Amino acid sequence: MTATSGKIRIACFGGIYNNYLALQAAIHDAQCRGVDALYCLGDMGAFGPHPNRVFPLLSEHAVQCVQGNYDDSIGNSLDDCQCGYTDPRDNHFAQISYDYTLANTSQVNREFLRSLPGSIRFEVAGKRVLLCHGSPRKTNEFLWESTTSTHFLERLADEYAADVIVATHTGIKWQRKLSRGRCFVNVGCLGRPENDGQTNVWYAILEFDSSHGCQIEFVPVVYDYRRLAHEMRQQKLPLEFVAAVETGWWTTCLEVLPGKERRAGQY
Amino acid sequence: MTNASPPTITLSNLDHLWFQVAGTTCNLTCQHCFISCSPKNKSFGFLSLEEVERRLNESIKMGVKEYFFTGGEPFLNPQLTAILQLTLQYGPATVLTNGTVLKEEWLEVLRAAEAASLYTLEIRISIDGFSPETNDPIRGEGTFARAMKGVKTFVDFGFLPIITIARTWPDEEEQEIVNRFVEMLKETGYSRPRLKILPTLQIGAEEERTRGYFESERVTREMLNDFDQTQLICEHSRIVTDRGVHVCPILIELPQALLASSLADSNGGFALSEGACFTCYQYGAICSNPSSSSAIREAKPRA
Repeated sequence: MTATSGKIRIACFGGIYNNYLALQAAIHDAQCRGVDALYCLGDMGAFGPHPNRVFPLLSEHAVQCVQGNYDDSIGNSLDDCQCGYTDPRDNHFAQISYDYTLANTSQVNREFLRSLPGSIRFEVAGKRVLLCHGSPRKTNEFLWESTTSTHFLERLADEYAADVIVATHTGIKWQRKLSRGRCFVNVGCLGRPENDGQTNVWYAILEFDSSHGCQIEFVPVVYDYRRLAHEMRQQKLPLEFVAAVETGWWTTCLEVLPGKERRAGQY
Repeated sequence: MTNASPPTITLSNLDHLWFQVAGTTCNLTCQHCFISCSPKNKSFGFLSLEEVERRLNESIKMGVKEYFFTGGEPFLNPQLTAILQLTLQYGPATVLTNGTVLKEEWLEVLRAAEAASLYTLEIRISIDGFSPETNDPIRGEGTFARAMKGVKTFVDFGFLPIITIARTWPDEEEQEIVNRFVEMLKETGYSRPRLKILPTLQIGAEEERTRGYFESERVTREMLNDFDQTQLICEHSRIVTDRGVHVCPILIELPQALLASSLADSNGGFALSEGACFTCYQYGAICSNPSSSSAIREAKPRA
């Protein structure tokens, strides 16, 4: 993107986790809002049903994608998702969704995942934007709001020469203002609700203009979660995953949550 | 096998800053303590609020991500509550405690400080068995009941403590022991227990309890080929004691582990010559919280 004047708005989607229904709804929502470009920060697979249904949407709507740890794993047919879990129960469930996703992702789509860049950079309205998956320095680094100091983010912004760093990987959205008009934003994810008891998911719109810098809006996406849950049951995915989609409370991948984020959930 | 030429690790980023906030003073005398802390071990002293504040300010330009407080028993430091309150204005804080010397008024203050902060306050409570019979021989008579009372107090105040357990059992018993821990914690009223299992370090009191490291248990240069060095504590951490800045929380008693007086000067190389380095290598991320234990690979080069 090279526009240098006027407002530029981009939509940034976090992990999709096979949730093609949420992706469809988010693309539609962003297009209705007249965004200039669509980006996805990686982790197309995991958790949900029918992995191959995500890719035609990305291609048809020219969504530019970063490679997440899951995409690296599926693209290269690795043994696991490299999600970075340490708890045996978390790893057990992660492996179920990984094995399912690997078995049901076509060769063509694996090649696409393999080809994705680890990050995307562009400059807009004088801001150097860096899109990554976990953090600029590590694909599977968790940057949670409550465990990431502001001066650490300042260091990343300095080291990676970026004014706006955009990431996902944790599944919970947040943002932090930094010095000199810089900022960090974690856009959350489209794949599953964010452990708040609501069934919607989230993405972010970043609006750039030369006078106001970068403004961030988090956008809730309502989608047909009942259909997703039905299809997950049909595909015999774990009922724990289905419960998370239907209730908005995470039931797995809980041990990586910091205390503050964990307390906000039910389990 | 000797390790005449051990590999050297330099600090890549100071992500984790530790504080030996209670020195080596502890109200307990655990039989596996890797620095033999006890009520009488004064070889390292308490850190004052002023000293911690000076280091916190020093840490800003280093871009430290998280802060950790250990001892000894941190809550023996009369300024700990104030220290944690202050730290939560800078970043996330984790305190490693035995849970046996708590006062409810401290927890009220800490709960309020965390609620007012952007950052999490993680409490890690050391318990080494799921019953008095399995815990007390290691940690001391009556410590199981006292530590569990501490767990309940933290839970009552709205914390979700991470129970850290040193692995003092054979591998094949692990699942059974973890299950017993979870059951026991739930019965106590901790409905969503968080656990972290740690390897024992064959130094300090543990060397007497079981054995020291064998000569063969050392990290060699070959072992670091294709190894993710971010798994090693010394790659991304330093610890402040009343003597200065040391390479990691495990090796503070080693003379060569004292690297510098300032954080900025403590980024030099450290030779992985110790047996404890071998444990750190074997298990990886042994001192981190699960929320920040990422590893495996570097991000791909940008497009």
